[in-house]
Amino acid sequence: MEQFQVRGAAKERARGSRLEAITGVNASGNLEVLVERVLPDRECLVEVATAVTGFREIWEAVIQEFFERSSPGGLRFSINDGGARPDTVTLRLMQSARLMEAE
Amino acid sequence: MTNPAQTQAANLSNQSQLPDADWYEAYARDRVAGLLDPDTFVEFIGPEQRVMSPHLAQFDLTGAFDDGVVVGRGRLDGQKVFIAAQQGWFLGGAFGEVHGAKVLGLLRAARDSAGKDGPRAVLLLLDTGGVRLQEANAGELAISEIIGAILEVRNAGVPVLALVGGRAGAFGGGGIITACCSRIIVSKHARVSVTGPEVIETNKGVEEFDSKDRALVWRVCGARTRYLTGGADRYVKGTIKDFREAAIALIPHAPPFELATLKAEQKRLADRLQQFGDCRDATEIWRKAGLSEPERIADIADDAFLAIARPKGADHDAR
Repeated sequence: MEQFQVRGAAKERARGSRLEAITGVNASGNLEVLVERVLPDRECLVEVATAVTGFREIWEAVIQEFFERSSPGGLRFSINDGGARPDTVTLRLMQSARLMEAE
Repeated sequence: MTNPAQTQAANLSNQSQLPDADWYEAYARDRVAGLLDPDTFVEFIGPEQRVMSPHLAQFDLTGAFDDGVVVGRGRLDGQKVFIAAQQGWFLGGAFGEVHGAKVLGLLRAARDSAGKDGPRAVLLLLDTGGVRLQEANAGELAISEIIGAILEVRNAGVPVLALVGGRAGAFGGGGIITACCSRIIVSKHARVSVTGPEVIETNKGVEEFDSKDRALVWRVCGARTRYLTGGADRYVKGTIKDFREAAIALIPHAPPFELATLKAEQKRLADRLQQFGDCRDATEIWRKAGLSEPERIADIADDAFLAIARPKGADHDAR
């Protein structure tokens, strides 16, 4: 197991008013993402706990790309990962950010 | 602190489509959302509280924010219910210390609040391989306490329904928990048993039980056999809505939990053992019970299966 954080700066505050959401499940090749609106408007953070060690660089690349694409300002994402592929990680992050857009 | 009721969970983008989603494929949170009346679910100890297993990290395993089970209250057809849903994809839905405590706490809350303002029923959406091996002692204890609590809830006049149709089935202690419920609803994918097929094969050899023979596994512990022999009360076609409708229909007809009920069930089981105890496979049971074309029962479509009249005694009212 490996745990680390990836911090980023967002262009703007994430849309919507929802305070928290969860998507996915920690299973083989899958992950769960808990997202909470708890940070200042221009900050974002992903906390990763992954079953597979040695892929931190790829995680950081995937997460930084997500920050640029979605601008999830104010959101903290917490991940429990069961060895998901990078595309699944991106999908879950996008899904969880989308859930927060609800009013 | 945020309100747990606001925790939005969705794995399907459109929540209004949930009732038509397949129970087997759906995650626990989607099953709950699709089963209950829309927007009525209030979660107890939601994932944002991070009440997780204290044991898994020792085994180098990542946990789940809800420890693999969702518990709370909501409304079913307007009536207040308590509900617990296991996440079969996370560690096989197995019972650990926190996971078990959440289910137990829900049942005790149902027992303590039984009456005019209490829940009309408790719904257990089981999807479990049994005890979580990494925290087995705590899991075993939780299961025995849950069994005791189910009987207390039933004794307080609140029916407890088991809904089984997920990938993990209901095995080990989960099978015993299922059997202790007032009513049991299954879909085609459901398996309800105590010792799992792989465990039997490991201990007694492949000639005793070939766990890789999927058809055999389902003939022995699958939903159709359970339904035809009285081990389940309702067989549904498999959408979340099918489970919802069955639960609504069964709650008013749960039998009273009393000595006469237990004696009648004991007699039914003794009769069943006498009648079918020497059968080696489900097809032998079905043939002996006088069902036509017993070798086809495992393979026919759900509609054709539901058209079969259950053998005498299976459609009992004595659980």
